Amino acid sequence: MSARRSAAESRGITSEYERGRPLFKVGRTLLNGLVLLFLVLVCLGPILWLAKSAITPTQDTLRHPLELWPNGVDWANLRTAWVDIDLKLYFWNTVVIAFGSWAVQMLVAVTGGYALSILRPRYGRVLYGLVLATMFVPAVVLLVPLYLTVLDMPFTHWNLVNTYWGAFLPAGASAFNIALVKRFFDNLPREVIQAARVDGCGDFRLFWYVVLPMSRPVLGVVSVFAVLAAWKDFIWPLVVLPDPAKQPLSVRLPRLAGVTELDVMMAALLISCALPIAFFLVFQRLFLRGGLDGAVKG
Amino acid sequence: MSSLLTRARGSASTLVFLLPMLLVFGLFSWWPIVRSVIMSVQQTNLVTDPEFVGLDNFRAVLEDPLLSTAVQNTLWFALLALVFGYPVPLILAVIMSDVRRARGLYSLLAYLPVVIPPAVAVLLWRFFYDAEPTGVFNSILGKVGLGPVPWLEDPAWAMPSLVIEATWAAAGGTVIIYLAALVSVPPEQYDAAEVDGAGVLGKVWHVTLPHLRGIMLITLILQIIGTAQVFLEPYLFTDGGPNNSTLTVLLLVYRYAFQNTTGGDYGKATALSLMLALTLALLSLVYFRLTRRWSE
Repeated sequence: MSARRSAAESRGITSEYERGRPLFKVGRTLLNGLVLLFLVLVCLGPILWLAKSAITPTQDTLRHPLELWPNGVDWANLRTAWVDIDLKLYFWNTVVIAFGSWAVQMLVAVTGGYALSILRPRYGRVLYGLVLATMFVPAVVLLVPLYLTVLDMPFTHWNLVNTYWGAFLPAGASAFNIALVKRFFDNLPREVIQAARVDGCGDFRLFWYVVLPMSRPVLGVVSVFAVLAAWKDFIWPLVVLPDPAKQPLSVRLPRLAGVTELDVMMAALLISCALPIAFFLVFQRLFLRGGLDGAVKG
Repeated sequence: MSSLLTRARGSASTLVFLLPMLLVFGLFSWWPIVRSVIMSVQQTNLVTDPEFVGLDNFRAVLEDPLLSTAVQNTLWFALLALVFGYPVPLILAVIMSDVRRARGLYSLLAYLPVVIPPAVAVLLWRFFYDAEPTGVFNSILGKVGLGPVPWLEDPAWAMPSLVIEATWAAAGGTVIIYLAALVSVPPEQYDAAEVDGAGVLGKVWHVTLPHLRGIMLITLILQIIGTAQVFLEPYLFTDGGPNNSTLTVLLLVYRYAFQNTTGGDYGKATALSLMLALTLALLSLVYFRLTRRWSE
């Protein structure tokens, strides 16, 4: 698609000529600078403020919330949060949930996408339609029936409430992932697959040795979004994990907020968003590429 | 004979590959969807056997005086989110698309709030919204001689406060969508507009914005679908208060099901969910049609 036009071909709104005019140049620099300032203050500001108050004694934060440099630095807050209010437990719970959701989503999307795109059973179109149809049903609206299903699974009568299976299995039912992976597989070079077939490659070998190695871009996108979504999720773990010892950070933090001193609470909030921020900085290209064309066209 | 055998083996392995998808979608998507329809006409409380009650659940929901409050609040949230949240990403993206150096830095900053877990963001903002004159936002307003504003403690201010935080948390995603679309504006159109004597604003008005029209409609619908399901902000900021001024539809569903002192009223909860879902499904259908036309 044209969205992958290189930067050299595309030109911005302003022309070379316009940017050369002195008055215009000043105005444009000013505007861009203002936008940058706005972004720094509004988007980065609250997070910097959080980082500052995480290592500031409570009284300083309460009395002078806008003080740039705190009087006393209190590194112990981070330790107190991690150890004394048991943040480490909830942190690892979140890691387990994120990892499990990632694994389930990956398995479902890759095998399902492979079957629908490469193996193409006759009923494939109908099945794909049924998968896409779930996009019309807002996930959050299924909260109650999904909860009752997990409480008493069909046929087996297993109760998955308060188990991590209950937390991450439903994440696998993502029509978005299936569509993304299927469309990527659809665009793989057919000659390669055909050649492998001629060489006597069965469905499993084709999957493992031919299709998967070519799919790293789309697997990266699915992975990154799966992990981040699991880390951010609130309402489903709230419902499915009533046992505090099993809850992730998102669910636990609001409960802790009422009983924890402010500076320790700020440290807890900082620890809770450190990993997603690091994750974002490492994989920023996947997030900022924008739209899905990049993922689909690789 | 042998081709029949490979065919049979082939369809068996196809089934193996489809199995994870069939199981997960069947158990956690298709069945709950069907079940929500069944449950909406049943009396279900997990203690006694479900009992068919016709449209009683829907009637009970429609007669609940809180329903109109919740619907109005949700619409008010959606409207405020449009007023605050819709133009901001558009303006930012149009300006950012013309930044030559360090555009990556701009995008990085704009997207940063999106990766903050919503629960963390709300707890942080709850502190910013401290209604005392020494609260963070009130201190800032105080410096320019305004406020103090009661923020979350006043029924009239509570909803706008929620919307401001929600906009902060979501705008970056929309900026990135717009930026991706802006890369594909054909350069000739800008050249042509210049030949016609258009200035910068003229080019934005006659070239940039028309180019974004399709995607602007899509983000509009996506935003409405998203805001209609708002739960986390009212639940964590105000728990629907003060005086039910931030009670939204989904919060009401949650209350029917999980915060009922007389046991979960799952029938009423699913009936209300279903009504919300149908409304949103109609919107999604429009969305799907538009994206299809737009991506062709």
